[in-house]
This record gives sequence, structure tokens and C-alpha cells, in this order.
Amino acid sequence: MSTAPTHAPTMTSLSLAERLKPWLPVALVPVLMLLGFLAIPSSSSWLTLTLAGLAMGMMIFVIASGMTLVFGLMDVINFGHGAFISFGAFVGTSVLLMLGSWTGAPSLMLNLLAIAAAVLAAMAVTGVLGLGFERVIVRPVYGSHLKQILVTMGGLIVAEQMIFVLWGGHEIVIARPETLKGAITFAGAALEKYRLLAVGVGLVVFLSMRAVLRRTKLGLIVRAGVENPEMVQALGYDITRVFVGVFIAGSALAGLGGVMWALYQEVITVHMGNEIMILVFIVVIIGGLGSVEGCFIGALTVGLVQNYTAFLEPKLALVSNIALMVAILMWRPMGMVPVVKAK
Amino acid sequence: MLTLISGDRPQSRILGALLLLVLLALAFAPFLFPGSRSLETAARICIFIVLVASYDLLLGYGGIVSFAHTMFFGMGAYGVGIALDRLGTGWGAMGLGALAGMALAGAVALVIALLSLRVRAIFFAMITLAIASAVAVLVSQLSGLTGGEDGMNLRIPRELTPAFRFEVLGLTVTGKILNYYLVFLGCLALFLTMLRLVNSPFGRVLLAIRENAFRAEAIGYRVVAYRAAATTLSAVIAAAAGALFAIWLRYVGPSTVLGMEIMMDILLIVVIGGMGTMYGAVVGTAIFVLAQNYLKTLMGGLAEATSGLPLVPDLLNPDRWLLWLGVLFILSVYFFPTGIVGRLRGAR
Repeated sequence: MSTAPTHAPTMTSLSLAERLKPWLPVALVPVLMLLGFLAIPSSSSWLTLTLAGLAMGMMIFVIASGMTLVFGLMDVINFGHGAFISFGAFVGTSVLLMLGSWTGAPSLMLNLLAIAAAVLAAMAVTGVLGLGFERVIVRPVYGSHLKQILVTMGGLIVAEQMIFVLWGGHEIVIARPETLKGAITFAGAALEKYRLLAVGVGLVVFLSMRAVLRRTKLGLIVRAGVENPEMVQALGYDITRVFVGVFIAGSALAGLGGVMWALYQEVITVHMGNEIMILVFIVVIIGGLGSVEGCFIGALTVGLVQNYTAFLEPKLALVSNIALMVAILMWRPMGMVPVVKAK
Repeated sequence: MLTLISGDRPQSRILGALLLLVLLALAFAPFLFPGSRSLETAARICIFIVLVASYDLLLGYGGIVSFAHTMFFGMGAYGVGIALDRLGTGWGAMGLGALAGMALAGAVALVIALLSLRVRAIFFAMITLAIASAVAVLVSQLSGLTGGEDGMNLRIPRELTPAFRFEVLGLTVTGKILNYYLVFLGCLALFLTMLRLVNSPFGRVLLAIRENAFRAEAIGYRVVAYRAAATTLSAVIAAAAGALFAIWLRYVGPSTVLGMEIMMDILLIVVIGGMGTMYGAVVGTAIFVLAQNYLKTLMGGLAEATSGLPLVPDLLNPDRWLLWLGVLFILSVYFFPTGIVGRLRGAR
């Protein structure tokens, strides 16, 4: 009789590289900022550009987060998301123009109140619009990507044409409120006040979204739904109702993003939603479809790369985002933070 | 005859009659409908049939949604335009430009397909949308090469211009008519090639992948390879159509070949005509181009009649015809997913 084989497991810890691997995307934004710092000769213009990039990235994140969650939860790809951006911008701008005495006053309080009113109106309208969109346009085509793309594209056309009907096709110029004009000087760099506000709003949205997703029961259901909707359904939660809620929230966030973008550009056009959607698609793809964290990192990356290249090599600014997308897809084909789906 | 249409019968009397009507009307357009405006419409129908059919190859047979089809169309058109501009007028330059445009379109399509389709088919829709809009902006910025927003007027060989005249059997034939027949025969050849393609074993595999990609992969077909091939072929054919369009118009510009409106038109025609049928492209294009003119006049009349009411005249303004097409588009995706051709075949 032979003796039992000795059992001596080797306890090697993961190598440093392996342990760092999941965190690589998180490091991307600081690394990019560092590269920008090395490439841009003057540190004050680097600071200005970084703030501009972060502000832009935050706004794109606010818009894209809803879309990526909607996809993650219900496998619905909404090409009509751009319509909510435009609608939000037009409603918000109309409110701001009506509250002209508040925005013109040199009081920070009144200015912020006017913006809050505009944002609330825009979010309410786009939220209701989202509900209608989900009911009429998306509901009948669950499960078929092909039809979803076609139908939501049709919805986008109709929504855009409705803006033409309601507001006319002219571009509308909207000035920022009095106290948010101009810039403050910090370490020799001019930092636009509005950009600081945009970064703040974006951070608040990201952190509260993370808190809801990680700390509340609703967030737990949403996260579980992204991973395995049938199982959540089987456990007795009405996943469709959760989904409609997420869709409405996502549309309202797109409306918020629309108002922020309108005040950033200080001019709105009917096609602005479509133009932003191109960046949103790039962000959603490189972030990993369905992942909020990936979307956040992707949005900041796109914002920074766009602003740095626009300064360093203006001719390349246009293709920089496409190049970034190609590079990231070659590195991680499923996006930076891939969403694990239970099959 | 059957080999010419690859054994793909219309399978419906009405459809067969419609197809024959369109074919005959286009074949004898210069003599049936004299006047430059109707000839313009006929040539546009020919080119759009090929463009839409090549999109159908992708959407209807491959089950892939692309938003870069006008980009490939534009590559063919700009290929001819730039070649004629740089190399001087001549048949050689024209052919070389068309071939270069087609090669570029094929190469770009292959790269996009390999990059996105190996992950997920829906990536393709988003990536093509992003790339196509970047290219459209690029074309209007590189004005040294492409003529920018203004586009460029082309000098094509004299034999294809209205200034060239000769007599055949007592009829005066102008170069414009020769040019039309170049477009017509080119489009006919391209369309028959595509018909051959979708009825070949290759086309059958594409259909299998569209119905169930997982099962097709399990049987042993490389799904990515087939989809990439379909994308590349469709891009090359779209570029060829673009080259013909540039030669016909003697002009290339961003608005005529790259606009998002054209992409929308293509999508509408494919869905309304019938996805995955090829003949849907023929019937759909003919009806769409005719309806486009008719609908606008009708809406203008209605807007005037209702001018006293609030909002209604705005909704009926001829400029808002896209609104109604959008509604029609959504309704047809829901209720007639097989389009006109599917309906006619079903009613047999």
C-alpha cells in the first residue's frame, strides 16, 4: 500500500502586474494629465486646458450615463438619446430667457436659482418625454437590436422635427448668468467659473449615482438586473418597472446635460444633440457598454484628449477621438470596464 | 433570363409587373420622358437603386446596421473628383479614380468591420456613426484636396457632356444621353451582381447568420469573416455607385454625397421597400423619389388650406416632410417589417 501523496500547496501571491491590471483604466485619467503636463510647455495653460477637458468630460458623462445604464439593464440601445439633449437645451434656454431679470442680476443666489429652475424644467420635460419614448417607441421592440436601432433613429428624426415645429429652426444665443461670466485666476492660469461649476455638478451626479447604485436596495436591484434580469424577475422584482424608472432618469440626465452644454457653448441649434451623441457613443463604447464607472473614465479621457490635442495639434483634434477609440478597443475589445453578464 | 436574375423570381405578379415597369421606364427614359429634369430624376433613381441595394446587402442580408454608407458612397465620388482634378480630364483618370475610391472604401470597411464586429454587432452601428461624422467634417475642412463645403465641379471627357452630338438612325443623340446610359448600364450590372451574390451559397450563409449567429457559428461558419466580407462588398459597391453619381452630376460636394439626410433616405427606402429582398430597393427607390416630389406639393397645399389654425400649418409645412417620413418609418418597422415587397409576396 502506497502512502498518500504529500499535499504541499504553493502559496504564491499574485505578481504586482496582475494585481494592478483591473485598476489600469482608473489610472488612465491621471496618466493622461501627466502626459499633458509634460507635453504642454506652459503649466498655466496646462491647468486651463485640464479644467476645460474635465468640464467637457463631466458634461458628456452626465449625458452618457443614462444611456449606458439603459443598455446594461435591458439590452436596449437608444439612438434617440440625442433628442433628449436637444429638448433639454431648448426648454432650459427658454426658461433662462424668461427669467432674464434673474440671470442679469449680479447676485450669485438669483443666478443659481435661475439655472436651477431651468434645469428642473428641462429634466421634467425630458423625463416625461423619456416615459413616452419608452412606451411608444422602445417597448414594442424589446429583444431585437436591429429594430431598436431603426425605430429609435426614427424617433430621433420625429423629435428633431418637433423642435423645428415648436421653436423654429434658428439657433438661439443664450448668455451665461452674470456672476458665472469670466474667469478666476489661480496659479497664473485663467479658470472659467462656469467650467468649475460644470465639474462640480458632474462630480455630484457621479457620486450620487454611485451611492444609489452601491448603497441602496434599488441600486442593488439595478446592478443585479444588469447581470441577470431573468433571475431578478424570478425573485419577485418587477424588472420592467425598474427599467422604465432608469429610462426616465437617464432621459432627465440627458436633459440636464443639454442645459449644461447650452450654457457652455452659449448657443443652441436643433442638431446639437446629434453632434454630442457622436462623443457619447465613443465614450459609451470605450467605457464598456453598461458600466457607469467605465463611462465616467471614458468621458474624462475623451474630454482631456480632445482639449490637449486641440491645443497641441489643432488639425488632429477631429480624429483624436476616433484614434483614441480605436486604440482602446485594440487594448480592451469590450471597453475599459467590461460588464460581466451571466449567461 | 432566369440565369440573369439568378433564379430569384419576383414571386408575385404585381411585383413582377412593377419591376418590369421600372426597368423599361429607366431603360428608355431619355426617349420616353424628354427634358433634362426628368432625365435627372431617372439617373438619380438608377444610382439610388444600387446604393440602397448595397445597403440592403448589409442590413437585410447581414443584419448589420451601418451609418457610414454615405461615407463609402462619397469615397467613390471623391475618388473620381480628385483624380479628374489632379490628373486632368481623361477616361484613364476617371477609371483610376473610381477604382481608387472603391479600393479605399473596401479597405476602410474591412478595418471597421474587423475592429467592431468581432466584439458585438451593435458596436458597428455606433462606430460607423462616429467615424462617418468625423469624415464628413474632415472633408469640409481639407478644402485643398476636396474643395471644402463648395465641393468641386468636374471636367469629364467631352463625349459625356451635352456639347457632344451625333446622329443614329435619324435621331440626334447628345453626350448627356450617352452619360445616362453609362449610369444605367453600370447600375444594372452592379444590381445583377448583387442579385447573384445574395442567391449564392455566400448569401445563404449570410441569411443563416442574420437569423441565428450563434447557430451559424456552431455549424462551422466563421461569422466574423462572413460579416466582414459582406461589409466590404457592400462598401465597394456603394463606392462604385458614388463614382457613377459624380460622373453624372459632374460635381461632388459634401451635401450631395455625404449628408446625414442621404443616410436617412437610404434607411427609409430599405425599410419601406422591404429588407432582405433586393427588389425592395428597386420598388422602394422608385416610389420614394416620386413621392418626395408629390408629398411636398401636397403638404404645401394643405398648409395653405389650414393657415388659420394654430400649430397645424407648421406641422404641414413642406420643410417638415421628414417629420411625416419619420412617423411612416416607425410605423413601417412595427407593422410592415417586410416592407412593400414582403407584403406583395405574402398576398400572392
